[in-house]
Amino acid sequence: MEAEKTFDFENNIEKALRDDRLRKNLRNAMDILVEKRRSVFPDREHLERLRAAGNAIKRRALKQLPCLLEQLEANCTKNGIQVHWAEDTAEANGIVLDILRRHDAKEVVKGKSMVSEEMHLNHFLQTHGIDALETDLGEFIIQLNHETPSHIIVPAIHKNRDEVAAIFQEKIPDTPYTENVEELTAIARRVLRERFARAKVGLSGVNFAIAETGTLLLVENEGNGRMCTTVPEVHVAVMGLEKVLEKLSDVPPLLRLLTGSATGQLITTYVNMITSPRRQGEKDGPREVHLILLDNGRSHILSDPEFRQTLLCIRCGTCLNHCPVYVRIGGHAYGHVYPGPIGKILTPQMEGLRRAGVLATASSLCGACAEVCPVQIPIPALIRRLRRESYDTGDGATVADAGYRSNLAETLIWKGWELANTVPALNRLGTRLAGAVGDKMPNRGPLKAWTRVRTAPKFAAKSLHDRVGKEGVKNE
Amino acid sequence: MEKQEYPAKPETVYFFGTCLMDAIYPDAGLAAIRLLRREGLSVLFPQGQSCCGQPAYNAGFAGEARAVARKQLEEFPKPYPIVVPSGSCAGMMKHHYPELFAGTPEEDAARAFSDRVYELFEFLVRVLDVRLEDRGEPVTITWHSSCHALREMGVVPYAKTLIGQLKNVSLVALERETECCGFGGTFAVKQPALSAAMVADKVADISRTGASKVVAGDCGCLMNITGAMAHSGVRIAGQHLAEFLWERTHGS
Amino acid sequence: MNSQASRERILARLRSSGTEQTTVPVAPAPEAPSLDREDKIARMTELMGAIRTEVHVVAADDWPNKLKELAREKGWKRLLYGPDSPIGPDVEAAWTAGGEDHGDGLPKLIPYTEPVERFKENLFGMDAGITSCRGGVADTGAVVLWPTPEEPRLLSLVPPVHVAVLDADTIHDSLAEMMAVENWAGGMPTNALLISGPSKTADIEFTLVFGVHGPKEMVVLIRK
Repeated sequence: MEAEKTFDFENNIEKALRDDRLRKNLRNAMDILVEKRRSVFPDREHLERLRAAGNAIKRRALKQLPCLLEQLEANCTKNGIQVHWAEDTAEANGIVLDILRRHDAKEVVKGKSMVSEEMHLNHFLQTHGIDALETDLGEFIIQLNHETPSHIIVPAIHKNRDEVAAIFQEKIPDTPYTENVEELTAIARRVLRERFARAKVGLSGVNFAIAETGTLLLVENEGNGRMCTTVPEVHVAVMGLEKVLEKLSDVPPLLRLLTGSATGQLITTYVNMITSPRRQGEKDGPREVHLILLDNGRSHILSDPEFRQTLLCIRCGTCLNHCPVYVRIGGHAYGHVYPGPIGKILTPQMEGLRRAGVLATASSLCGACAEVCPVQIPIPALIRRLRRESYDTGDGATVADAGYRSNLAETLIWKGWELANTVPALNRLGTRLAGAVGDKMPNRGPLKAWTRVRTAPKFAAKSLHDRVGKEGVKNE
Repeated sequence: MEKQEYPAKPETVYFFGTCLMDAIYPDAGLAAIRLLRREGLSVLFPQGQSCCGQPAYNAGFAGEARAVARKQLEEFPKPYPIVVPSGSCAGMMKHHYPELFAGTPEEDAARAFSDRVYELFEFLVRVLDVRLEDRGEPVTITWHSSCHALREMGVVPYAKTLIGQLKNVSLVALERETECCGFGGTFAVKQPALSAAMVADKVADISRTGASKVVAGDCGCLMNITGAMAHSGVRIAGQHLAEFLWERTHGS
Repeated sequence: MNSQASRERILARLRSSGTEQTTVPVAPAPEAPSLDREDKIARMTELMGAIRTEVHVVAADDWPNKLKELAREKGWKRLLYGPDSPIGPDVEAAWTAGGEDHGDGLPKLIPYTEPVERFKENLFGMDAGITSCRGGVADTGAVVLWPTPEEPRLLSLVPPVHVAVLDADTIHDSLAEMMAVENWAGGMPTNALLISGPSKTADIEFTLVFGVHGPKEMVVLIRK
């Protein structure tokens, strides 16, 4: 949580916007991801049907969430997977630590997991003398450089090859400087293979958990996820409890949506479905598999019929790729684990408005995110709702710190605006006054923000209201 | 977006002028009214109308937005279509009024009102089936889509249909036509740095087209873009499409 | 810390969330087109080929010869396999067929028959691994593996080349169809896998590199 203590969104934004290299890297990367997605979903009508199906499947899962979790637990247990429940990240971290200690493990190899980021697990383990090694190439790079992911799917996307080369040279012993991406990848392969071979415990996230069969499904391209879940003696999977699906037949449409939206792939290199630890006679695979179900505010989010839709998310990251704000500032500026549009709605609900409500201001409500969301989360509507709760404790507010932003000045402005737009005489007076002033308004407050990069709006001498009469346009 | 159904050509329509057009771009409003009247329609402009309520709604002040929206419900009582020269305001009135009034006594009225809302260019093409005759000199323009016209209303194709009817107008597309210009109502002043970065990129994109004019269907975007162009010394004109269409097609 | 107490509290909150009121729209997923055998083979070849999988369509009984050809061509020294797997006996027969001369240039066959704990060093020193497949999925292009005691999971992951032998008759139109037809819900294996190509990454500037953690090459032999 270090980063969050000093979270200064405005400053982060200004800093990111000044970083030309970051902006160029992001723009190039997002253009590629957007184009890849477009090419993998060429048929609009087909995609819309798929998105509707994805939305329905996830809604059906959330509708029966407590039952499905119990069913998942029962089936996993029957299959030999040990299930743990964690109310918050501290508890989840404690469970992981317990397992590691029982196996006397001093290190753990990790596949990519946003939930483990949410838990700040690596930092936690480090304080207990355990080395958590990220093995996804992008995660490996940024971990070497003591950074956090800047994107849900492509965590090191803010880095150029020369930056990676410098990091490898500096942090990996006996490594020459090379900007050749094949060579850089080979270096990572060499380093990480040694660690896979010796680690006692592997940790992963979960893309979907299937209640019907007690199966954990993971997608990936690199093979590090399979390494982490197959080579070590113990596999620990962490998942947000909203990731459960009812049936195996729910998987194919969501899988298509996930890989297509995330990276523009019809399918990832690997789809890894884990249903049990090593069974009798099997030669490999972990002897113990643990599943940690994390709540961390999700049950509270579920209780609001509108905000509940946040939990439909399958973490594909496509809302980031299509967001005009994300593409200009990147993930770190958001100051929290989940960046971009999904982060703007998820983080304030998890952490409260006082700590993260400001994220909801960073949207023009352009709707690009909702247009592409594979499960049809109405992100702009939820951003609007968060803005409302930032000022207003009424109307069934459910997010922590509702009303934290309430202040007399803004209240008066909007009350004044209301009057000016409900009392015709005031409205006319307003436009006439403005018309008399033209573009010579005093340059203060909101206008000052506006005129940083724009000329002031010029009010017309006569408003449309005044001019329609001359045209012979009737009132009614 | 559900499939929109369109009525037969009516005799009378309401015109909702939008607050920005009223105060800043009245010429565009008059042009829109003239385009409608030229098709033989009687156009009504209720003098009690004001703003669709979107600024407050998007800023988080739903109560104030509802009060202003209620005023519009009252001002357009007859069953005529309501033509709105803005994809954004039309989107507010068509798609957000029902949720804004959900669970209130006005819920049904809001729904009935929403059903009557059409964006101007959508109405000109789908209901009036207008055919424009270009009388202007050859010109190269570019087009900016407002996000709500594009995504909430889905009406951008109609604007382009109309531009396509003008034989002396050549339209050069922006490289990032579907990207937001950074206006976003209060976003522009609550996140001024982000908004500035967005509009700067939009202006650069417009400049690269070589067009002498950028045409848009929403006054908010227009105010943002032309303000930024003027501030940075980019000498490209900005104009609402209604005004552009009228200028090029009316016989003087 | 008490996981049981946490469990009860979490479930209680979920049960009181009112989520059972959620409306679920009726929205069936679009189905994959139904292809005939030839088209399925063609689609598998095309899609997997596009992500750098080497696909060879071979006569049903000729695949061991193709394997030998590839093994020589690629210069493998050690080929990992499961002797008791469905393809194990065929591999062994092919390796011993035709007398000593024919064995020239062929890799040594290494059986994966011991638990990984005693086999790790060997495992990480292979040039290639060969597995059978449970089936194929045509609409996205992927082979399906259900590793068994006879054909362990790491066979398809650790060696730098993975050869998968796929029966054309087991290619399904889609994963959805395969799951339904084979009633996967009735019993899942320890680890079911879909594999569409060699291991890859694009984490550095979107430059595509193969063989980051898993196999650098993948070969699919489709038995026609």
